[in-house]
Amino acid sequence: MATAPRFWRENPSRYNLVGFKCNSCGKYNFPPRIICPSCRRKSVGKMEPVKLKGTGVIFSFTEVHEGMDEQNVQKPYVVAMVEMDEGAKITGQVIDCDACDLAIGTKVRTTLRKLSEEGSAGVIHYGYKFIPICGESTVSPDK
Amino acid sequence: MSMRRVAVIGTGITEFGELWDSSFRKLGIGAGLAAVEDARISADLIDAMYVGNMSAGRFIRQEHVAALIADYSGLARDHIPATRVEAAGASGGLALRQGFLAVASGLHDIVVVGGAEKMTDVSDMESSMIQSSADDQEWETELGATFASLHALIATRHMHNYGTTREQLADVAVKNHSHGSLNPKAQFRRKIDRNVVLKSPIVASPLRMFDCAPSSDGAAAVVLCPLDAARKYAETPVEITGSGQASDTLALHNRKDICTMGATKVAAERAFKMAELAQKDVDVAEVHDNFTISEILAVEDLGFFPKGQGGKATEEGRTSFEGDVAVNTSGGLKARGDPIGATGVAQAVEIVTQLRGKADKRQVKDADVGLTQNVGGTGATVVVHIFRRA
Repeated sequence: MATAPRFWRENPSRYNLVGFKCNSCGKYNFPPRIICPSCRRKSVGKMEPVKLKGTGVIFSFTEVHEGMDEQNVQKPYVVAMVEMDEGAKITGQVIDCDACDLAIGTKVRTTLRKLSEEGSAGVIHYGYKFIPICGESTVSPDK
Repeated sequence: MSMRRVAVIGTGITEFGELWDSSFRKLGIGAGLAAVEDARISADLIDAMYVGNMSAGRFIRQEHVAALIADYSGLARDHIPATRVEAAGASGGLALRQGFLAVASGLHDIVVVGGAEKMTDVSDMESSMIQSSADDQEWETELGATFASLHALIATRHMHNYGTTREQLADVAVKNHSHGSLNPKAQFRRKIDRNVVLKSPIVASPLRMFDCAPSSDGAAAVVLCPLDAARKYAETPVEITGSGQASDTLALHNRKDICTMGATKVAAERAFKMAELAQKDVDVAEVHDNFTISEILAVEDLGFFPKGQGGKATEEGRTSFEGDVAVNTSGGLKARGDPIGATGVAQAVEIVTQLRGKADKRQVKDADVGLTQNVGGTGATVVVHIFRRA
């Protein structure tokens, strides 16, 4: 089990999807990286914290039945790799859905939920999960 | 490169399985002693030892395991350098590479490479948590991804991109159990059919229990020396003609293509180049089938079959004994067992056994060239070795 500081220091990204945009190549990095893996030294001093919009599509997914700490999940649950609109891929749980209703390409958005807790009286950790977008358009109306 | 040529002159392996009466040290010493006896060398000749081990600290709460094995092998008396090597599932293969480099460089003459893991002293749940420590803890595991679920993401996408079928995944397990039934050291020595796989409980869809390698206890060891000296010790020395290692992003979501293990491709290119051999030369291969989908990626990325054709090739029997290349004759991780740190060394033991012509009922006819592919995590470390009968 992770300690409180280990979670706490990642809160900007866990709560608000703050990643780093490399202003050398323009690529979005999430999770945050100090150095852009494409530009390496050229990216030093050019990595800018940027909040992702929080919308994307399912790139791959699975319904997990075994292998997690049972205290922190209700089984089964869905884990997906989501390709965000900015191009970065993120791994997380998909909630408020049945796995059978999901497909590669399903549109999802992030939402803040409980990830885990350290025992019944311990610290509760929060972070992003994904929910399917039903009937919502991911294209902004002015375009 | 002015490197010395390196040979394997001895092999040793314990039974793999849930070995409740065997401790970590008993396993490590069992494999090491067998290898040294097989090489017919006296312990005085051993210059150094490398031990592949992923997580003794969490499995048995014991770190510092290279010194432990050296001590209980009676080698502390000579104060030999003993080094633990860790790269998750690739720990054993990487220990072999370190031993290879030490002999090739001229620094050491006789080197023992061992690999060991004692996994069944913890619960199944704890064991899967420890295995997931090969993944990105901050950005995969803590968000809910298990080790199996990341491989399930690969499988889902591979099926989507290439039409790989659920049955083809099952065929990997069916073949490897069939091979394992011929290996007296294997954890599972019973043949299964497709239905056993397809009706087993779901772990992470589409992967089921029989798509996953088990938790295992076990150890394996090999003895290396310069090829020039090998005939002094072994009737049929086997040369390590190529060694390749490559890394990739730790997290699966950062890979260029999750259906291709980039590190496998690069490690294989490096090993084939050093060996001056090509895929068509390989008669027998031990690949990292920790999940059935992993073997399908392996046979594609090693270059045996085109991308997307691994499932079809398996279904058609092209990776079986009578196929293009015999893959996982030991039973693989699936049936022989997967004591993590031991696995990469066990792969080498199987290939050397095949090339010596000593594989008994599972012998590949006229096997001359063999290959091992050992993977850490979801592919962040891959080690490939190529072996040839000397």
